[in-house]
Amino acid sequence: MTASIQLHQTPQLQYLLRLGDTCLILGQRLGEWCGHGPILEEDIALTNMALDLIGQARALLTRAGQTEGRAFDEDQLAFLRDERDYRNPTLVELPRGDFAFTVLRNLMVATLLKLLWQKLADSSDAELAAIAGKAVKEARYHQQHAADWVLRLGDGTDESTRRCRTALATLWRYVPELFEADAVDEAAAATGLGPRWADVQADWNAEVGAVLAEAGLTPPALGSYRSTGKRGVHTEHMGYILAEMQHLQRSYPGGVW
Amino acid sequence: MNDAPVAADSRTGQAWAVLATVLDPEVPALSLCDLGIVRDVVDTGAGLTVVLTPTYSGCPATEVISQSVVDALTDAGFGPVAIEMRRAPAWTTDWISDDGRRKLREYGIAPPGPVDASAGVPVRLVGRRADAIACPRCDSLMTERLSAFGSTACKSLYRCISCREPFEHFKPI
Repeated sequence: MTASIQLHQTPQLQYLLRLGDTCLILGQRLGEWCGHGPILEEDIALTNMALDLIGQARALLTRAGQTEGRAFDEDQLAFLRDERDYRNPTLVELPRGDFAFTVLRNLMVATLLKLLWQKLADSSDAELAAIAGKAVKEARYHQQHAADWVLRLGDGTDESTRRCRTALATLWRYVPELFEADAVDEAAAATGLGPRWADVQADWNAEVGAVLAEAGLTPPALGSYRSTGKRGVHTEHMGYILAEMQHLQRSYPGGVW
Repeated sequence: MNDAPVAADSRTGQAWAVLATVLDPEVPALSLCDLGIVRDVVDTGAGLTVVLTPTYSGCPATEVISQSVVDALTDAGFGPVAIEMRRAPAWTTDWISDDGRRKLREYGIAPPGPVDASAGVPVRLVGRRADAIACPRCDSLMTERLSAFGSTACKSLYRCISCREPFEHFKPI
């Protein structure tokens, strides 16, 4: 069993980990669809998007390792951290659910990432700007794919509409966390590393809202619950997904293809 | 850059000629130069440094491509060869050469349209119609998209309603 690595969680590192872990964990969730898609074309589409996300995560975690200062590489960061050191918003760690749940979440996350990548292309960190310049093109395709399906299912049959409503009711509770202001975002904005996630909230509301409205879906009213994944406090689902992801590297240290 | 003037008989010019024979593992109709991912070849005196730009963040062919560049140039006597991955500016399908577009069509893949047309335009999420893509076999514009993602992330799946053949489209990005 390989020991966990411990990180100096500076605001800069946390900002990079939030981005990298969002891509990593959603990529893992989409990868779970391999062999389980409702039709072959969608099986291929979801795993292709998973591949884009894992590629983005590799670049981001490599950059995070460089800034952390002790030369941890992408694999160490992906597979050897303890749960509290993963900084993805809770939204992406929720189990993949049915296809309606998956495409609705993809719409939410792809819209968020696309808007962030657009601003990150001007990051004071040249490497992060380069990653963003590539990823924004990919995120546009992810967002379009998700929007097409939300329209088709939300405004589809009784069954597809029912499933979309159920999925939206579950997912919507995890949206406020995405745009919560905190010291990590303030530091990133102050140094020019990247935008506060709240800076893209208005555009996110407009773009996601337009698709939901056209699909005939209405978001539920929000209660007082706030998820806390970005601070490292995750739901019970995170432990299971990490167990699956980390098993090989923990059991066979340094194993490579 | 691909179109940088390089004397054909120089060491780097000869290396470019070798690279023009190295095929993309996923789309073997195209060479790496046709695809536009070889950005520079630098003579370091001791050897060569080849600058490559990845097509997609998660392209699984990246490692294979790097290795095939090293192998081809080493076999041709240019070693030692180093690879430098350069992320910015991001690769775009606009860098695929005219020759490459013709080869794609002949291979049965509809080539990408210009990216400039869509650059800066907000993504249209509602009421959007897919662009009409010409069938690479019969040139008919009566085609329909089956899936936004194909056998690789860079392609989508189409079907020609006229000749009834399925085909792939290299997406503009």
